[in-house]
Amino acid sequence: MSFQVAGLSPAKPDGPLKLAVPRGALFGETLDILDGAGIDTSEVRGDSRSLIFETEGMTLVTMRPSDVPTYVEAGAADVGITGKDVLLEQADRMVYELLDLGFGRCRMVLAGRKGDERMGESQRRLGMMRIATKYPRIATEYFERTGRQIELIEVKGSVELAPLIGLGDGIVDLVATGRTLEENDLEVREEILECTARFVANRVAHKLRAAEVDELTAKLREAAAR
Amino acid sequence: MIHPIPPGTRDVLPDEMRELRRLQRALLEVFEARGYGEVATPAIEYDEVLARGEGRTAGGSYRFFDESGDLLALRSDMTVPIARLVAGRLAGAEPPHRFSYMASTYRAVRPQRGQMREFVQAGVELIGLPAPQGTAEIVEVLDAALDAAGLDRAVIGLGDADLYRQLLSEFGVEGEARDSIIGRLATHDLVGLEAELSAVEGIDDEQCATCVALSQLRGGSEVLEQARGLGGAAVERATARLQETFDELERRGVAGRVQIDLGLLRDLGYYSGAILEVYDPAVGHVLGGGGRYDGLLERFGVDLPAAGFALYLERVHVAQMEEESRRGKGEGR
Repeated sequence: MSFQVAGLSPAKPDGPLKLAVPRGALFGETLDILDGAGIDTSEVRGDSRSLIFETEGMTLVTMRPSDVPTYVEAGAADVGITGKDVLLEQADRMVYELLDLGFGRCRMVLAGRKGDERMGESQRRLGMMRIATKYPRIATEYFERTGRQIELIEVKGSVELAPLIGLGDGIVDLVATGRTLEENDLEVREEILECTARFVANRVAHKLRAAEVDELTAKLREAAAR
Repeated sequence: MIHPIPPGTRDVLPDEMRELRRLQRALLEVFEARGYGEVATPAIEYDEVLARGEGRTAGGSYRFFDESGDLLALRSDMTVPIARLVAGRLAGAEPPHRFSYMASTYRAVRPQRGQMREFVQAGVELIGLPAPQGTAEIVEVLDAALDAAGLDRAVIGLGDADLYRQLLSEFGVEGEARDSIIGRLATHDLVGLEAELSAVEGIDDEQCATCVALSQLRGGSEVLEQARGLGGAAVERATARLQETFDELERRGVAGRVQIDLGLLRDLGYYSGAILEVYDPAVGHVLGGGGRYDGLLERFGVDLPAAGFALYLERVHVAQMEEESRRGKGEGR
């Protein structure tokens, strides 16, 4: 291959519309709302290990929620569903956010160990808190906005672990039921924002496949309102 | 041993260069045949001069001092340098002026995104011819350029840069609140847009719905009718401007690949009236853009209406390759 512009992955918006479907926590409710919008998800629900499913008039592509903005921005998927937390953390990805789907509601919070005053003490005596998180952009933005200095520690896996064994004074993480925090002897100290699932579109697909995108948006809006 | 080059820049080897040169020649031939002679300007200019054009405090993304302590900047587009050139070198000449260019431009990139700091723009500027004729001529040249590049499926989006500024003024929204709403419109964050609009005092539900609905109107000339149905003086003025331009495009027989798009916004500060964007269904990125900038020349002391467009050469090349491989596979539309 003689030529490649980094970041410009080729896409083919011909054929059926490609919808990026998030696996993981949003998976079940995403399939439910697609059913509600008249899209057949029975094959995706089966125990097939493939990642791409052809349904009538649409191709469903399953992936990690955090990959959805990447695929949609590049146009490899025309539209997609992912969490607002993912969109905020990847705010530099140019995707059109068309609809709040209302499900997958959870909170981005600052949490610390129960009865532990390390966060306050670090801030007072050291001038900054050490915060472990999988969401560096959201955390940085939040503490900047609230005028506090932090030392950010980015981790990839179970962030609840960090304060328990002394990596950081607190964590910024996504909480749905709060059970994981509870089980790890952590508690919510501050609420940062609330996240729900969003319907997003590629910029060019939104222009050139306007009728299909608008129709799907309308159907999803209706299904979300039910 | 690998000696790195800065992210967002790249080397070009002969296979690619041959194709890029072929594309450049094809585009320049179209421009030249229509009376747009090629010009060159320096890659570095005084920061103050570029800043004047862009209406920002800083002119370029990359700025540095020269040996005498003057602040210089790398150009971030060719429109501002050509405006400077026209004001300085052609003050006595009779307009309209038609120029084309093929030049590297420089913009800051967000890290690790594969965006280019240095990229080639191929475009034209038409200075001294007002809307709708000036706009229509630019679209005509763009249409021919896309044909010459072999992008027969490419689409030109046509919108209006003044629509939302005027609409929000009509709603009584000014200053920071207006900028913040326009920011949401520019990134097309509809969820945020609705939240932002409903947080502004004095905007009722109907006005909020009008703003959101307008941003979703895109298609043939029927969308102008739909927009008029939403009412208001700002919408009336913008649709009248767009209708005029579209009629002129039809008269010239180049309306075929034009999509009217009331959701279109471009992020450069100097646009007024018609704005353009170029897409190809085989690529998920915008291939170029442009529009009218009737107030720009005045900032350089010459009050002339103007319009232009730029194609991002490397992206057009990607689209060419994608379209070729698609045709090779004989896929239906």
